[in-house]
Amino acid sequence: MSDLLVALLAGTVTAATPLVFAALGELIAEKSGVLNLGVEGMMLMGAIAAFAGATTSGSLALGVVCGALAGAGMAGLFGVLALTLLANQVATGLALTIFGTGLSAFVGQGYVSLTLIGMQPIEVPGLSRIPLLGPVLFTQNALVYLSLMAFGVSHWFLYRTKAGLILRAVGESPESAHAVGYRVVRIRYAATLLGGALAGVAGAYLAVAYTPMWVEHMAAGRGWIALALVVFATWRPVRVLAGAYLFGGMTILQLHAQALGLAVPSQLLSALPYLATIGVLVAISRDVQTIRVNAPASLGKPFHPGD
Amino acid sequence: MTEPSMQPPAVPRLALRGITKVYPSVVANDAIDLDVGPGEIHALLGENGAGKSTLVKIIYGVVRADAGEIRWDGRPVSIDSPGAARRVGIGMVFQHFSLFETLTVAENISLAVPGALRELSTRIAELSQRYGLPVDPRRPVHTLSVGERQRVEIVRCLLQEPKLLILDEPTSVLPPLAVDRLFGTLRQLAAEGCSILYISHKLDEIQSLCHAATVLRAGRVTGTVDPRRESAQSLARMMIGKDLPAAAHPEPAVDRQERLVVSGLSLPADDPFGTRLTDITLSVHSGEIVGIAGVSGNGQKELMTVLSGERLVEPPEAVRLCGVPAGRLGPRLRRARGLAFVPEERLGRGAVPPVTLAENALLTAAHLDMVRSGFVRVAQTRAFAARCIQEFDVKASGPDAAARSLSGGNLQRYLVGREILQQPKVLLVSQPTWGLDVGAAAFIRQRLVDMRNAGTAILVVSEELEELFEICDRIAVMFGGRLTPAVSVKATSVAEIGAWMTGLFPAERADATAGGRR
Amino acid sequence: MRLRLESRPEPSRAMLLASPVIATSLTLAAGFVLFLALGQRPGAALHTFFVTPVSTWNGVAELLLKAAPLVLIAQGLTIGFRANVWNIGAEGQLILGAIAASALAIRFDGTTSAWLLPAMVAAGILGGMAWAAVPAFLRARFHANEILVTLMLTYVAGLLLSYLVHGPMRDPQGLNFPQSILFGESALFVNLLAGTRLNASVLFALAVTLGAWIFVTRTFAGYQMLVGGLAPLAARYAGFSETRAVWSALLIGGAAAGLAGVGEVAGPLGQLLPTVSPGYGFAAIIVAFVGRLHPFGIVAAGLLMSLLYLGGEAAQIALQVPYAVTSLFQGLLLFCLLGSDIFVFYRVRRAHRRSPIGGRP
Repeated sequence: MSDLLVALLAGTVTAATPLVFAALGELIAEKSGVLNLGVEGMMLMGAIAAFAGATTSGSLALGVVCGALAGAGMAGLFGVLALTLLANQVATGLALTIFGTGLSAFVGQGYVSLTLIGMQPIEVPGLSRIPLLGPVLFTQNALVYLSLMAFGVSHWFLYRTKAGLILRAVGESPESAHAVGYRVVRIRYAATLLGGALAGVAGAYLAVAYTPMWVEHMAAGRGWIALALVVFATWRPVRVLAGAYLFGGMTILQLHAQALGLAVPSQLLSALPYLATIGVLVAISRDVQTIRVNAPASLGKPFHPGD
Repeated sequence: MTEPSMQPPAVPRLALRGITKVYPSVVANDAIDLDVGPGEIHALLGENGAGKSTLVKIIYGVVRADAGEIRWDGRPVSIDSPGAARRVGIGMVFQHFSLFETLTVAENISLAVPGALRELSTRIAELSQRYGLPVDPRRPVHTLSVGERQRVEIVRCLLQEPKLLILDEPTSVLPPLAVDRLFGTLRQLAAEGCSILYISHKLDEIQSLCHAATVLRAGRVTGTVDPRRESAQSLARMMIGKDLPAAAHPEPAVDRQERLVVSGLSLPADDPFGTRLTDITLSVHSGEIVGIAGVSGNGQKELMTVLSGERLVEPPEAVRLCGVPAGRLGPRLRRARGLAFVPEERLGRGAVPPVTLAENALLTAAHLDMVRSGFVRVAQTRAFAARCIQEFDVKASGPDAAARSLSGGNLQRYLVGREILQQPKVLLVSQPTWGLDVGAAAFIRQRLVDMRNAGTAILVVSEELEELFEICDRIAVMFGGRLTPAVSVKATSVAEIGAWMTGLFPAERADATAGGRR
Repeated sequence: MRLRLESRPEPSRAMLLASPVIATSLTLAAGFVLFLALGQRPGAALHTFFVTPVSTWNGVAELLLKAAPLVLIAQGLTIGFRANVWNIGAEGQLILGAIAASALAIRFDGTTSAWLLPAMVAAGILGGMAWAAVPAFLRARFHANEILVTLMLTYVAGLLLSYLVHGPMRDPQGLNFPQSILFGESALFVNLLAGTRLNASVLFALAVTLGAWIFVTRTFAGYQMLVGGLAPLAARYAGFSETRAVWSALLIGGAAAGLAGVGEVAGPLGQLLPTVSPGYGFAAIIVAFVGRLHPFGIVAAGLLMSLLYLGGEAAQIALQVPYAVTSLFQGLLLFCLLGSDIFVFYRVRRAHRRSPIGGRP
């Protein structure tokens, strides 16, 4: 029984990790006022770039870097359209997803049958011996540890540094930030690219650590779930982490359904994360005040100095 | 040129020579000369559209002049960004504040002024003490009143130790008592050597505060004077080229029915940054204009959304329209019963910007036979729009002109016209002449008085006390979500209403038509 | 020299029409480069992709057959997009429509009644509407973002379909393949052109196009929804109900998608399969945009998109180019369109060191 519990919890952590990366990245972008719906596309591009990079070079680390770069590149495309050319952010984000899905499928054709030895867990000396917590938290692969660090850094950056303050100010009122003298478009580009890089790492994680392989559409909607997570977390990193782990748990449930004696069709279990996403969205959105107070006021609106 | 009352300065702190700025549709500034000495409070006077804002944007580096020279302490300078202006020593407090609501005062200031947060907080406290501008560095901006927010803006400027401080229409958002306090601060700053450029169209303030005034009209300088030696009429003549239009003197109508009655309405804010309404009691009769004075942000917007039907209330009897309980009726049903409303936001609420004037007529006047069996009767909409354009002197290319292609004044003429042509029994108007030139403002006020004489019940919300005193029969004040009783205009004064606007309400409620108190 | 974007006082009519053409040309140019990079002769490859598929009558029939669901769904989605209601889950609504219609076909298999097919059409429409009613309710009542809800439901719909074709709706004589029985004659659409698969679903697309045009340009309801999308405060001021707009937008979109779903299973597919659509629900979004959210533009855009599908198939067979090139072109087309659309509202000007901004005197 305890083995099952360990497997469930450890599995929750591994399943949650791509959501942590992608949602944190999107959170930072949204804090600056940019709504980038292309997370799914960026994740897929990150996945194929990472897989291609890793299988070609033999280095998993290089693969992850490739994934981050691919994600950032896609985000850059979004930036050109939405931030410089002032296209509608919703439409551009959707276009990014469709394009990323297509491009990754296209590029990935040659990689479908390849195999890769994925990332192995690294034991943290000493801490990994703790019962329960040890195998769950301290015997994970490098990217999982990186995701927790990313969370810590995001929180510190947003709430303890001047740069984070500026980012939040830009998201709240780009007109005022511009009047005070900040380069709004540049700051938003930076936030968008960072968001893209993190989405790319999320995709890389899927392809080189979680299930080391490439399959079309392998993100299976996680990019969209990450978007919902940001809303659910009312744009705060701590809650993003909590939400991601909640969803990770739900994903894992499906794999262990048999052991848990759940006699339901596998499709229903697979549908749980999506249904849960709807559930949390409803729960958090029903109070209009909460959203209005916490959401960056300029989210999704194009900024053109002089308009 | 200037007749300064102080020693003529050897060199003016700021000198503009021949500043010109041309836009595709208008010459905003035409060869403007201006001198401001050290420690001088200099007014820039002119009506809306005269070119004051453009000139000031040029001085502050937001806009680049097409021709002319700027000299600072005698030497020519090039100011190509607000940052450069600040480095030269110019600070500016805009009419529309650039503050971040969810951040604290200190955080807001730290975004503009270099320095650690804690050190800044100390300096803020020190400055606010010295100049009588009380602000608490730890409070989030969204909890501050408009007057307090202005103080934050001023403190932010002062922390950068400017030698010239520009203020753009600073008193448009202040009640009279706060205006006095501001003037005290400005006089102190001037005495310490800071020059002040004060932009306004309010003659009495300029006469009370300023040492010198440059008057602009249609982009040109029409006079540089000492306002204390001029009369209101002479200043006005320089400003608008002719005498001030005589105020209309409405006669009270005889046969009056209660058309709009609000009884003891209380309502929580539906917005975290909104104002809660408490115990609002009001009645408007046929053939009268009731005015609601008060600085924006005291609940006027919330009250208007309740009256227009955009927000529904319980119980339905809390709002009675022509005798019928209307609390649960939406805007279309209220319009069917004779209500019309001109909101303060024109583009985006009163009109849909990219859509034509004819299509905008459908927004509120659809019940005038413009829709049959669900289909739109395009000919009717165009005919209505054409009538409106003609009767209200709207300068537009026709019913097919896009709403956003009209100037502010013309759009407002169209919107007021659209509502008036529906021959309403009750007309609500919010900030009817905000931002309009004198001609359009006078026209609209006259039409409102005409409607009143024809028997319409009219409610006007305005920040301009003079306007309310000119056209209203009775006047009330909104403060902190509460409404004073409406008193006859003849029985009160600007000073008294001004006092009410700061929250000093009368103890007893003397309104003859007051509803029951809850 | 630096350039900057300056707001146009009026949207450019010329660009409104030219923009989709420019976008298509850019996509073609990109295709040229792509084929070159893949080691193909670009001219020949583009010919195979765009010209060959429609060089026979059968090809034209296939073009129309694929364009029909795209146009159908896009018309429904457009009414919503114009009202700022973003239905991204048309794919899921299509699936539900297909499932509902298939349920009837399977239940009444063997009957020769003329009512079966109309009943299936009704079921399909209702199925799509039901699936769209969920996000409508959640947005109207709880302010839940419809983009995310419709998307999540698409994944759920796919899983539901998978469950059904693997289980309750599986053909018992089908050797355990996940598919339903082949539908009988009375559950299939009549063939319009002998020798091709062209059927009556094309007529649905035409009818819906006409209906959409009338709704959008002539009705008060269409006007109300447009205002809701362009200026929500004005809509509130006018008393136009946002709730009604949300419900209408989503139900119309769902109905159209559901109808497209029936069109697939009672048409070219003839049965219920794990994949009933090659992503029509998503491609229709692109068709809506490229068609400028206008009923007639959508027809042209639908034909173009259909050609991209056929071209992908042809290229896969003739040139051994991976099929995914189709979705690549689709995404690229949308990107190019969004980019060139900017010039409808802005124009490029040289920037001075400090350019004149704003003109509020």
